[in-house]
Amino acid sequence: MPLLEFNSKGIYCQQADVYIDPWRPVDRAIITHGHSDHARWGMGHYLCHKHTAPIIRARLGVTNIDTVEYGETWSKNGVTFSLHPAGHVIGSAQVRVEYRGEVWVASGDYKLQHDNFSTPFEPVRCNVFITECTFGLPIYQWQPQEVIFNDINNWWLENSEQGKTSVIFGYSLGKAQRILQNLDESIGPILTHGAIENMNKVIREECCPLKPTTLITRDTPKSAWAGGLVIAPPSAAGTAWMNKLKPLSTGIASGWMSLRGARRRRAVDRGFALSDHADWNDLNTAIKETGAECIITTHGYTGTFTRWLREQGYKANEEHTEFEGELSEINEAATKEADEVATEKEEGKE
Amino acid sequence: MKRFAQLFTELDQTTKTLKKVEALVRYFEEAPDEDKLWAIALLSDKRPRRTVRSALVREWGAQAAGIPKWLFAESYGVVGDLGETIALMVPGEEIANSGSLTYWMDYIRGMEKLDDTTKHELVADAWGSLSVMERFVFNKLIGGSFRVGLSQKLMVRALAQYTNIEENALAHRLMGKWTPDNTTYQKLVVEEDLNEDASRPYPFYLAYALENGPAVLGEPEEWFAEHKWDGIRGQVIVRNGQVFTWSRGEELVTDKFPEYLAFKDAVPDGTVLDGEILPFKDGKALPFQVLQTRIGRKNVTKKILTDAPVVLIAYDILEYQGEDIREMPIVERRAILEKVVSEAAMKTDRLLISDLVEFNTWEELANERLRSREQLSEGIMLKRKTAPYRVGRRKGDWWKWKVDALTIDAVMIYAMRGSGRRANLYTDYTFAVWDNGALVPFTKAYSGLTDAEINQVDRWIKANTIEKFGPVRSVQPVQVFEIAFEGIQASTRHKSGIALRFPRINRWRQDKPATEADTLQTLQEILRGYGG
Ligand SMILES: [Zn+2]
Repeated sequence: MPLLEFNSKGIYCQQADVYIDPWRPVDRAIITHGHSDHARWGMGHYLCHKHTAPIIRARLGVTNIDTVEYGETWSKNGVTFSLHPAGHVIGSAQVRVEYRGEVWVASGDYKLQHDNFSTPFEPVRCNVFITECTFGLPIYQWQPQEVIFNDINNWWLENSEQGKTSVIFGYSLGKAQRILQNLDESIGPILTHGAIENMNKVIREECCPLKPTTLITRDTPKSAWAGGLVIAPPSAAGTAWMNKLKPLSTGIASGWMSLRGARRRRAVDRGFALSDHADWNDLNTAIKETGAECIITTHGYTGTFTRWLREQGYKANEEHTEFEGELSEINEAATKEADEVATEKEEGKE
Repeated sequence: MKRFAQLFTELDQTTKTLKKVEALVRYFEEAPDEDKLWAIALLSDKRPRRTVRSALVREWGAQAAGIPKWLFAESYGVVGDLGETIALMVPGEEIANSGSLTYWMDYIRGMEKLDDTTKHELVADAWGSLSVMERFVFNKLIGGSFRVGLSQKLMVRALAQYTNIEENALAHRLMGKWTPDNTTYQKLVVEEDLNEDASRPYPFYLAYALENGPAVLGEPEEWFAEHKWDGIRGQVIVRNGQVFTWSRGEELVTDKFPEYLAFKDAVPDGTVLDGEILPFKDGKALPFQVLQTRIGRKNVTKKILTDAPVVLIAYDILEYQGEDIREMPIVERRAILEKVVSEAAMKTDRLLISDLVEFNTWEELANERLRSREQLSEGIMLKRKTAPYRVGRRKGDWWKWKVDALTIDAVMIYAMRGSGRRANLYTDYTFAVWDNGALVPFTKAYSGLTDAEINQVDRWIKANTIEKFGPVRSVQPVQVFEIAFEGIQASTRHKSGIALRFPRINRWRQDKPATEADTLQTLQEILRGYGG
């Protein structure tokens, strides 16, 4: 029997009777990180990194959580567990599982790029490595984050010179703090949407300090965001909440924005290719550094990536999970294209 | 090249015309004259021919990226664009000064006559020394497929802002068969052309939509009625022995419609006609799509002229014998127009008049409107007999009274991923209607849903897939959509036996269970009623 198996509820370790990132309610769950496709409601008991705990407590309202530090080990029924930094978002962890000398690592979501905020990814030697491949195609190759933040800061500066508010969309957990910590705050004030500020508050109070931000409330005067940049969740795009920020320019930070089609399709003014997932080269590097002979791919371009790994000499298989990676982000920044085509036809015809 | 790639990115990044114009003006301010000339050429669809076969580019791309062909093909499938696929995955080193646009245009055109091995070396060198966006532009140029989402009109507007030369004069100067090899920026753009006054169009008068029927317009005898033709609004100018055609977008499209060149011998010099550019063959109007395909082509070939010939259905005359007659009431202009068109008939069969619809009461006209579809017209135009030819969209004298689209409620059974630019979303759907308890597919449609709905439908599709075949998924037959269409025809090529014109999604009927969707019989009834 494999040390970890994929069943209808999640990634299961039968020997220790515990699940990793289960998507159905189970008794005992180890959670890699706080994103909603990995940390779900309804588990009898949660275990995660100490920085993930306040996040899932706030998001899911659950209290039955135990925490550990990176590298700290615990055992159950002969199986030894430990968490190791995954570099994806604050508190994100790879789960190392060892039983009778065999080591498996479930890496959750991860990236190798240092983001100047979350604890950088650490390769963990193992026999079997479970990997995501959200961006598992050679077309996905991230530019250094300095280049992207240079673009973001320049865009902000330009908007501020034109008297426009900059609104940038990113996940409230991870992307928002990464953006915040890498912005050039000398350009102007940094403000937040409520969903982002809630997460910031949790992180400030229970994890680590962040740069100061101002929450936009009903009473915030317009002068507060003059020349400023507002961080908002993708779901705020196009809602009435944005109206008072006008005139404004909108941007979205997502790995999908490296494709021209996605940039053009988005309903925002600018797309910045910034991702908290590993790109093609980093996926390959990460896998190599584990020394694993057997690779299991879970979410993303699993079919293609598995075939590639096999050709590289790995034993590779894909498994079905309910993880989504960065998929939902692209859907938030969706298409206006069809409408545009229709309007063009009308215009030309009159 | 860096500056031009930046311009491309800026144009590509926005749908706002103001921003596009600003970006272009900045480019004109910064680029040297010879680069400006090339930029104008490339943005006017005067792109060089393909210099490398795409099969070779594909092979070299996979090789440069160090990946097997199948993986290259998969990646290409996701990106949907060969030039971009390679730009994204070939390793390159960004060089600060990568050379001017003119340098690269010479580089690319210089490859044309070389053997494949030498071409390969030059292409690989180029890839290695350009940034992602430059590489993309380079690939588009060697593939002969460089395109930018920018109308000629906007390019002219930007150039006008930059040079302080009037837009219509510039549009005229940029017309014709010039290439960067036989002119200079100075000669083409800056120096005056004696003919440009002759080409100057009048602003179009635009109609308002009549929402609630013509009763509000008063007495029927005060109005002319015509069919509203499904083509492109155009103005044909014959002055100084030359013909100039402008489209409604105030774009000079003379080269696109050589059929009208015959007008210079058929109507008196100093004539300006307002009418509809309409695809027309064997005495019958052709569907708008035919015209759309034709406009999309870079060159007007013999085949296009045979397959999709156009006529001008003239409905107004703005200048006669060199005189601006727009202030005359339309009854008088119409009389002149009739004379001009009938005299032209000896010389050309490409000029027709838009016939008046006879009617005495609004009821009669309403009945005629219902027959619009049979004539491939979109409804009725109403024009006040005493009105002059006004400027722009002014309420009161011209009205369009369109027919309502036909609709049917259908069940979504397949969904296809958008190619390329829509690769991550399921945007194209196939619809079916019931026939003896089975679902028969009858049409595809993609446009019509809002952003939010597209997302919602996309998620639903991903969660309710029965089977995947390549980019297509069959889905649970659950979702009902109202499909609107402009016409219907019998078709032997379709399983359902019918084909729709301009099908589109009108709305998502989340209120309707699939069992209550329409039947094939309903479609057949519509076919009997409106088919043709
Ligand atoms: Zn995640």
